[in-house]
Amino acid sequence: MSARRIFSRPARFAAIAPYVWMVLFFLVPFAFVAKISLSQTAIAQPPYTPVFSLAEGWSSLSEAFAALSLDNFRLLLSDDLYLASYLRSVIVALTSTAILLLIGYPIAYGMARLPKRWQGIAMMLVIIPFWTSFLIRIYAWVNILQHDGLLNQILLALHLVSTPVVWLSTDSAMYVGIVYSYLPFMILPLFATLTKLEPALEEAAADLGATPREIFWLVTFPLSLPGVGAGALLCFIPIVGEFVIPDLLAGSKSLMIGQTLWLEFFTNKDWPVASSIAVVLLAVLLLPLLLYDRLQRRQLEESR
Amino acid sequence: MADDIATSEPAAEPAPSPQGEQRPDPQPPVLRIENVVKTFGSFRAVDGLSLDIRAGEFFALLGPSGCGKTTLLRMLAGFEAPDEGRILLSGEDIAQMLPHQRPVNMMFQNYALFPHLNVRDNIAFGLRRAGMPRAEIATRVAEMVALVRLEGLEKRKPDQLSGGQKQRVALARSLARRPQVLLLDEPMAALDKKLRETTQAELMELQRRLGMTFIIVTHDQEEAMTVATRIGVMNAGRLEQVAVPRRLYEEPASRWVAEFVGDINLFEGEVTAREPLRLRVATATAGELVAAQPVAAIGEGRVAVAIRPEKIRLALRRPAGDAAAINCVEGAITDASYLGGKTVYKVRLDGGAVLHAAQANTARLDADGYGLNQRIVAWFTPDDCVVLER
Amino acid sequence: MPKPSRLSRFNVASLSLGLAFLYLPILILVIYSFNASRLVTVWGGWSMRWYHEFFNDRAMIDAAWMSLRVGATSATVATVLGTLAAVALSRGQGFRGRMLFSGMLYAPLVMPEVITGLSLLLLFVALDAERGFWTVTIAHTTLTMCFVAVVVQSRLVSLDRSLEEAAMDLGCDPLRAFVMVTLPLIAPAVVAGWLLAFTLSLDDLVIASFTTGPGSATLPIRIYSEVRLGVKPEINAICTLVIGLIAVVIVIASLASKLSSDRGESAAPL
Repeated sequence: MSARRIFSRPARFAAIAPYVWMVLFFLVPFAFVAKISLSQTAIAQPPYTPVFSLAEGWSSLSEAFAALSLDNFRLLLSDDLYLASYLRSVIVALTSTAILLLIGYPIAYGMARLPKRWQGIAMMLVIIPFWTSFLIRIYAWVNILQHDGLLNQILLALHLVSTPVVWLSTDSAMYVGIVYSYLPFMILPLFATLTKLEPALEEAAADLGATPREIFWLVTFPLSLPGVGAGALLCFIPIVGEFVIPDLLAGSKSLMIGQTLWLEFFTNKDWPVASSIAVVLLAVLLLPLLLYDRLQRRQLEESR
Repeated sequence: MADDIATSEPAAEPAPSPQGEQRPDPQPPVLRIENVVKTFGSFRAVDGLSLDIRAGEFFALLGPSGCGKTTLLRMLAGFEAPDEGRILLSGEDIAQMLPHQRPVNMMFQNYALFPHLNVRDNIAFGLRRAGMPRAEIATRVAEMVALVRLEGLEKRKPDQLSGGQKQRVALARSLARRPQVLLLDEPMAALDKKLRETTQAELMELQRRLGMTFIIVTHDQEEAMTVATRIGVMNAGRLEQVAVPRRLYEEPASRWVAEFVGDINLFEGEVTAREPLRLRVATATAGELVAAQPVAAIGEGRVAVAIRPEKIRLALRRPAGDAAAINCVEGAITDASYLGGKTVYKVRLDGGAVLHAAQANTARLDADGYGLNQRIVAWFTPDDCVVLER
Repeated sequence: MPKPSRLSRFNVASLSLGLAFLYLPILILVIYSFNASRLVTVWGGWSMRWYHEFFNDRAMIDAAWMSLRVGATSATVATVLGTLAAVALSRGQGFRGRMLFSGMLYAPLVMPEVITGLSLLLLFVALDAERGFWTVTIAHTTLTMCFVAVVVQSRLVSLDRSLEEAAMDLGCDPLRAFVMVTLPLIAPAVVAGWLLAFTLSLDDLVIASFTTGPGSATLPIRIYSEVRLGVKPEINAICTLVIGLIAVVIVIASLASKLSSDRGESAAPL
């Protein structure tokens, strides 16, 4: 028994309520998603045929297993629409993450070089937009990017273009929206890693004859890689399943997987297909999710 | 004076039976540690340690970092429980008791003052937990505040205090419950040298006045020597030696203690002759040395002859006819460090060893001492030598 | 990290451009909410007209009230559960299923909302629960308690363990040590956690869309359906009000975190 253990017992009691809650409202629902993804579509309320119900006992269970069908997954594979959505989601997420890194790194680096008392203010300034409504921030861009929006007015006034440019409902608009929304998620982990770097390391590199460029690429950047990883995962995973931004800013020609799921669920009322889309999406994200979990854990151990 | 050479040696021995114990203890120990073992994974932090601490003692646990002294202290406070062994406080086994059930208190290294409570509430914290009546708490807090001379600062929060003031609040807080034993974990590590010295004096004065049992953990041997009535030197989870400061320095029980406490010259060799009062030891690097016969009998095998640098005298020529100068070695000065009160010379002996010799700088306008490469004679008496087996 | 003199022109440029990028769109939105003109992009002078319009829009007011109720309730439950979870994670060593527990707490932070929303809806349907205020509140609690847990946990981890030990040394059992010493010291983080949970709930569109029932739309759901039809000046006004509310929340949160940094510890507002 150690000091840790002395606290451990009451602490374990503290785990009970949140544990039960998360099992009930986070883990168990996935079982329902999995179950319904294997059931048949029906025009009913709810719009699927129940695979089994526990009330009918074990005999129905074996019947139910026989009735399970992979039809929905076959559909996902056979219809190009779904494959294209998955592919588009991953490509959009990868591209956005790369852009976020390119924009976020210099900002985080600049913040880390601020004097100590300014760093806190800079951090607050980056966090505040994160607290501001997501939807409102996207809406703000609709305001700016629409046909007679501020951006076109400025461009016309400066005679940079002669007719209004179509911004809204394009991929560029979507990327602007994604970068705008997720920038704090990229900056904060980078900033956290960069501030922890010993300034003496850069001074030592300079002392040993490294140019500022060499100092950055040979010392600072390699040491900031954990922050790069954390920021990239923190952005990549939710962007893959993003719905609001592509829905409001991008065109409807090609959909991201989040939009497809939404469409199947709310418009087509095809819950089983929507569920199987979610299952596949989860499978796609499993590896990055596990990586993210490991990173979180390690970070926690370091700060201990 | 031959009390307590309680070493940790045989873990099988049930109770500490300090070798050479000549007078019986006037009273049973307030704290008895019996064969305590604590492992973290495969690391044995405390390895079968036994120790008795008497009431009213100011005991210091001294050792390098990682020797297990802090783990031992934390086991006394109850933050760790021993894997084996017993801890008896006034005869009661407290080894498995939780910290809040023990009548001991601890002063933490970083003070661990509650930042959300002011000085008064910090000191009263433990008293309130004990369910003491309000009026009595007020009296006791005032008494403690006066004891550590913090009058007027009762309303301050910890971050409005200086390092020395924080230290005194921590002391008052841990004393307020009048614990049977007060544990102090490196209590002066965060203070600068000058403040540390005055604080040490205050702490000793306080301990004498209260007549309480203090156990202090420190890695600073000067601090241990200054404040403690008895010191236990720890190494690798065991007690190397338990003794009063003077004996620890002049009669180290092992090579390890000799080298850990202060500076020392060690010459490895073999006993060649045993005289009634003396031993002759043939060393490889300093020739034959003669040492006084130690109290404990020396067996066969390799031994080390140990001499403190300040016991060595230097001269340009052999001291003629000086009977004491049996141990007389020659060499050349290779280095001289002027340290103010003394100068430490390094002498490369003709046998190959490097000898450290400290010479007190007794006169202000003395000559410059000895120069580099100067041939020199170093000599010391047999009584200044200690023969070590371990 | 480095000294101010090391701030290069490049650093200054990237910082100011980055902050401008983050704030200009919101600023423009706020300014246009006071535009008198019905045409969103034509400046027709200052006016409070769209705010009047909002306060006379029964459906919008109902949605806003619903959002505030859901936000306050779910944030409160989430703060209790999230704080308990943080305590369990940072102080409970190696209990059964600890890995699963921490995984369940971290995953929703990045999990695409469409998945969380869909899975919760399917649960509610299976339980035959009536969808509305309570289902949305449960869904939001599930999401936001994870954020609370992370905020409080980072505070607990940075807290000096010897403070708890000192409390126990002075006669507190572990539970009392937590209540008397730990809780007061992590209070700012708990407050910040509540505020974060509240704003996240106020903000959420996707999960609420899945889990709410007919007739109980939240504010984001209403705004979203309006925005899909195009930009309306009234929406600018509503958004400005929401931003104002969140600004108040942020001020409280930063005061709370300043309080905790005054106590000599570093305080992260997130």
